[in-house]
Amino acid sequence: MATTLRPPKEDALTENALGTPDTWLDEHGAALYKYALVHTRDQHRAEEVVQETLLAALQAQDRYAGGASVRTWLIGILKHKIMDQFRRDAREVPLDDADEPDGASEEESFDLTGHWRNAPSDWGNPEEMLERGQFMAILQRCLEVLPPRLARLFMLREVMEEDSENICQEMAITPTNLWTMLYRARMGLRQCLDRNWAV
Amino acid sequence: MKMLTCKDASHLISERQERPLGLRERLGLRLHLWLCDGCRNFERQLALMRQALRNLGRAADAGGADLTPEARERIRKTLAERGKHEH
Repeated sequence: MATTLRPPKEDALTENALGTPDTWLDEHGAALYKYALVHTRDQHRAEEVVQETLLAALQAQDRYAGGASVRTWLIGILKHKIMDQFRRDAREVPLDDADEPDGASEEESFDLTGHWRNAPSDWGNPEEMLERGQFMAILQRCLEVLPPRLARLFMLREVMEEDSENICQEMAITPTNLWTMLYRARMGLRQCLDRNWAV
Repeated sequence: MKMLTCKDASHLISERQERPLGLRERLGLRLHLWLCDGCRNFERQLALMRQALRNLGRAADAGGADLTPEARERIRKTLAERGKHEH
């Protein structure tokens, strides 16, 4: 789109250390979007949550304490918005009722006596692995293979480092329930990595 | 004490990332891991996955990803409209 509809400028939105919603978008839009994309793994969700964040920031700007940098302040709001988005989804279709295949079923991983069908392989030196771009690339691809809702829950726990108790409270699920879902996600992810990475 | 199966052990290894294990669980798991290469690898795999995912979040590295010009424009408009109502 060629025409840029800017908000009524400085007269309406006073200039201060905080900047204006326009400058937030210009200076921090890309950073917010990247963060949102990593955590939501979906372009439209990421765009939506960035918009919600900036709207919330607009409303809350009087409460900006000035202690944290503007970007830190915005990312803080963004985290809440990602959690909100997830909670809205969970309300529409309760997580454990979601009609999704398991990350990796136990029957697929274990035989009837509880032994590994294919024992997990040795992935080598952890420090080296983390340095390798290739491992991270396969990890990203494997995350995409997980059922989407399970993946989002898993991302919330592992990437956003939200603690278990919080997640249970926010999503109104029991700890046992959460542990089972995280287990499924981990099993699915490691199986995918084992197939695609291990030498 | 009943020996853990690999399936039991895998649950405990995953849950250990969420809650402290009880004494009996810890001992059972230690014994099992001592005897089982596969589960030892599994344990290392989960630890590595957790570390890799944390790095991913901390770097928030989605490459050169950026809002599309269309999305930017849409957000700018929404902010402008809302800004008018606020002031």
